[in-house]
Amino acid sequence: MGRIATITRRTFLVGTAAVAGGIGFGYYSYNQPIKNPLLDDLEAGEGAITPYVLINQDGITLITPRADKGQGAYSIQAALIAEELDVDLNDINIDPGMPSGEAYYNTAVGAEALGFPSTDESFLAQKARGLGPVIGKLMGLQITGGSSTVPDGYEKLRVAGAMARETLKIAASIKHNTAIGTLKTANGKVIFPDGKEVPYTDLAVDALNIAVPGEIRLRPEREWRYIGKDMQRVDMLAKSTGTQDFGIDVRMDDMVYATVKTNPRMGGGINGFDATEAKEMNGVIDIVPVTGGFGVIADNTWRAFQAANAVEADWGPAPYPADQDAIWKQVSESFTEERQDSRKRDDGDVETSLATANMITAEYRVPYLAHAPLEPMNATVKYGRGKLEIWTGTQIPTFMMANIERIYGISQENIFVYALYSGGSFGRRLEDDYVHQAVELAIRHQNIPIKMTWMREEDMTHDFPRTIGLSRARGKVANGRVETYDLSIAHTSTIESSMSRMGQSVPGPDQSIVDGAWDQPFNIPNYRVTGYRVPAMVPVSSWRSVGASGNGFLHDCFLDELIHEAGADPMDERIRLCWHDNSRKVLETVRDMSGWGTDLGPNRGRGVAFTLSFGVAAAEVVEVTNTPDGIRIDKVYVAVEVGKVLDPVNFDNQVKGGVVWGLGHAMNCELTYSDGKPEQDNFHMFPGMNLAQCPEIIVKGLENGNTVRGIGEPSVPPAAAALANAIFAATGERIRELPLNKHIDFV
Amino acid sequence: MILTINRRKYEVNVEEDMPLLWVLRDELGITGPKYGCGIAYCGACTVHIDGEPIRSCSMPVGDVDGDITTIEGLGNRNSLHAVQQAWLDHQVAQCGYCQAGQMMTAASFLNENNNPSDEEIDEAMSSNLCRCGTYPRIREAIKTAAKTMRGA
Repeated sequence: MGRIATITRRTFLVGTAAVAGGIGFGYYSYNQPIKNPLLDDLEAGEGAITPYVLINQDGITLITPRADKGQGAYSIQAALIAEELDVDLNDINIDPGMPSGEAYYNTAVGAEALGFPSTDESFLAQKARGLGPVIGKLMGLQITGGSSTVPDGYEKLRVAGAMARETLKIAASIKHNTAIGTLKTANGKVIFPDGKEVPYTDLAVDALNIAVPGEIRLRPEREWRYIGKDMQRVDMLAKSTGTQDFGIDVRMDDMVYATVKTNPRMGGGINGFDATEAKEMNGVIDIVPVTGGFGVIADNTWRAFQAANAVEADWGPAPYPADQDAIWKQVSESFTEERQDSRKRDDGDVETSLATANMITAEYRVPYLAHAPLEPMNATVKYGRGKLEIWTGTQIPTFMMANIERIYGISQENIFVYALYSGGSFGRRLEDDYVHQAVELAIRHQNIPIKMTWMREEDMTHDFPRTIGLSRARGKVANGRVETYDLSIAHTSTIESSMSRMGQSVPGPDQSIVDGAWDQPFNIPNYRVTGYRVPAMVPVSSWRSVGASGNGFLHDCFLDELIHEAGADPMDERIRLCWHDNSRKVLETVRDMSGWGTDLGPNRGRGVAFTLSFGVAAAEVVEVTNTPDGIRIDKVYVAVEVGKVLDPVNFDNQVKGGVVWGLGHAMNCELTYSDGKPEQDNFHMFPGMNLAQCPEIIVKGLENGNTVRGIGEPSVPPAAAALANAIFAATGERIRELPLNKHIDFV
Repeated sequence: MILTINRRKYEVNVEEDMPLLWVLRDELGITGPKYGCGIAYCGACTVHIDGEPIRSCSMPVGDVDGDITTIEGLGNRNSLHAVQQAWLDHQVAQCGYCQAGQMMTAASFLNENNNPSDEEIDEAMSSNLCRCGTYPRIREAIKTAAKTMRGA
């Protein structure tokens, strides 16, 4: 039987998003229902309307508020609605809608931050997770990130689709005087027992006055047509023909082009600039100050770049240690009581255990990493007559509006954000710095659209990178087993840095400093994880898999060391230590997939790593060959537990993409600072993995868990660790810092 | 100067050192070729001149000698090139930003060699960067496109 979602305590609305002759269907409202929604008037003030389905004379539009940066968010949101609504995904429009924190807040992204490991299914943990939606609502958190789109939308969007469908059937039943029980729906039409078909678009106006059904039955899985089956992503044809527009492709009448440069010593400000020569260059319209730097407005992006390069700027000093040695010094001096941020794991008695002899110790390091999506930061902005319009790729449309209001005094009701497809993000578009710059240009040059594009060099040196980090690990083994693991990790605080740019300060510990380390499902008798907060230096932000991105390496590689010292098998001992059934199954699966234990032959090695992140247990086995010219990565096996695979093709792509992301950065990427700025300013110095280096990747998704999870991030954290562990197996060399090419070559 | 792009003639009056990429994108509104690095490293800007792949971000428009084909000219929704069809069938794209350049590189490669070995595919495609990590599906799509182009 399908799940019946009783919605008597909540008031569901039939609402609208300001299009004449149309209706929109929502999921949730917080005040009284609107009895007679006025089509054009959202300001009825009688409750927040959360339209996900908009029907008007143009057809049917599904509103998909979570941003698509390549991870398939638009498609899966549309599929979840369409599954219940009974429309063909080829016959509908998809639109991210206008931002609304009240309507489109994220219920899932806050849940994991509440301090309970995802393996904790106790009453208290469940109750705390139930607060996630409340936090989302209170903070108006319309945000895409944290692999939360699917957990957030899985039920909500299906209910929205079902509600819309049932309301349309009621309207059809009344209009055509036919018993509702005899009506069916398919392909955007209500179908009558005599075969007559009435398209939803014909029922839109009639449905306006229908009271929303009090009960909605969701279809059982066995009736699903979209979910769980191979789907063609809605954007695939456009992306296969080069006709998908991204933010950087915006074209408008009277549009001009711009670029901005600010101090690569982030936050260091500008003492002045000399644009005399640059102003005379071909195509330049104006060169103006912006906060921290200057902007060039021209009639062509390249001409703007050329002129920007001709401006002489006097940049201020960095407000943080200016070179890599000084930065590392700050990190390594942070393991103090006053800098202790959390101790979220403390099983057994670490100190007593380590007081006896035979302690094993090691220090591990991970570097700053740029996001560097292939589409550089850009925004098209038009400001005039008090109205501000922004066209850009973003994961934070409502934060952006609030920030602009706070900083520039433009009221949010006059700000319109049109969210566009992003050419990658990996977390970079959780920041809106580039948008602010474009807004400043638009305030100076009003009533024309200005497309502001960063040069790649600007993008790479003005990232908010993944934080640098260092761990100090101590442990003991006995009788062929890991007995004690004491891990101290120092990172700068991602939450502190990113929330400061939202004008907020967040009290309490920053869990991302220890995510992927404190919350792993291992029963080690003496097991302690302590986080230390390095004082803020380079401003940092969330990078694909956030805290687990570095901690996967820091945590799992030392575990690998301890297991090796114990003389145990890396796979068997992880399995033995793992108390969580579904996590253990992931390890067992990857063990079986990879043929773990069989002989690989000379100069070859296998490494295994496990990280639980975003509620997803992920285990990876990497096979390498130590060739005379360097390490070749031959194969990667990945097993992940996601609760349910909603879109098998996209699932496969996201897992593989995360592996390539994790391995590529581990091989050869870092941002190192000199004179206060990153030394790496383009991809030749930050290459990642290329196609020739890409191994065969074999993926298996497990569906044993009860909770549907997202898959954008979880395959990243174990990748670097599995690779480093494989290199150890093949060469005997234990590398304790990333990128690995500081110590070995890759072919 | 007159440029022939996707079999149409365009008149442009710009400085000779403007890279072809920006003539296409900003002067002519042809935005299939993308800006990724500006130093001919990533390949997102790849177009064909007389069928040969070139990195338009680093090709001064004054040096262009030949007919230009962009991704829009390789094929379209009503008439997909074998490479585009393969890219669609294998669902290669994630964000999609690099894929025009990937497809243009693949198409010219397969025109020269429509029965490539794995090593030849690696060598031809390894200078096109994908941050999303779509490489496994790019490989599969190239093999499928090759088969189609062989008439197999």
